[in-house]
Amino acid sequence: MARRPGAARIRGKLDCVARPGADDVSHLPFPMRDAATATLTLVYLARLREAFGTASERVLPPEGVTTVAALRAWLAARGGNWATELAPGRAVRIAVNHDLALPDTPIGPGDEVALFPPVTGG
Amino acid sequence: MPVRVQTEDFDVARELAALRGGNRAVGAVAAFIGTVRDVNENAAVAAMSLEHYPGMTEKALAAIVDDAKARWDIIDALVIHRVGTLAPADQIVLVGVTGTHRGEAFAACEFIIDYLKTRAPFWKKEGTAAGARWVDARASDDEAAARWDGTRDPAR
Repeated sequence: MARRPGAARIRGKLDCVARPGADDVSHLPFPMRDAATATLTLVYLARLREAFGTASERVLPPEGVTTVAALRAWLAARGGNWATELAPGRAVRIAVNHDLALPDTPIGPGDEVALFPPVTGG
Repeated sequence: MPVRVQTEDFDVARELAALRGGNRAVGAVAAFIGTVRDVNENAAVAAMSLEHYPGMTEKALAAIVDDAKARWDIIDALVIHRVGTLAPADQIVLVGVTGTHRGEAFAACEFIIDYLKTRAPFWKKEGTAAGARWVDARASDDEAAARWDGTRDPAR
């Protein structure tokens, strides 16, 4: 699969700021530590945005979360509305860098992953 | 012809004239205009709000138009879709297609709106007496889009 252009650009930016000591963010309060190391941008739209109470967030998923299906399962494990809305069988569409994705579509650093309900335009 | 996502209303006559662009090869112009109904799922609809996913929506619309151009021998196509707050009878979407003959123009126009309804990231929320509710996707829209699976698609 051809590499998505957005991913390379953002990864390049991360490389620029990488320097000795830059990885150590343990002195930062948790929300800032999260932002400093985040590598994935998640976007929630329509009903999912309302259910999750946020339009977007940046996350650093654990090792092994390298596909759309794994990301969905990881987010569902947060419980509450996350478990309800992302339960297996619920119709959720997921796009990676603005392209509709399949469960086995790979995700990586710098990607923008959007989760939304089936579309209802027109 | 670019695809457009906008909050403002559109003038159908002006948009179709621009699409034709004085091209004397055009022998047919097909258009679809989607409007806000005042009743949906047995409830009166007082208002509707539409949202999209900036960036992806425009990309998806452009891909659908490219797909139509690959499947039918049409001259040009246009899609304008509104977002924001709309009222019953307001215009939501315009699909315009120009071609040499009506057959290809009609088919491409219907294909574009069928694919738009199942593939372009837009979401409708209706305001009813019982409160606001997100519109559910319809199985009939998926079936309408699936009708085109057998049509020629040289791009794939």
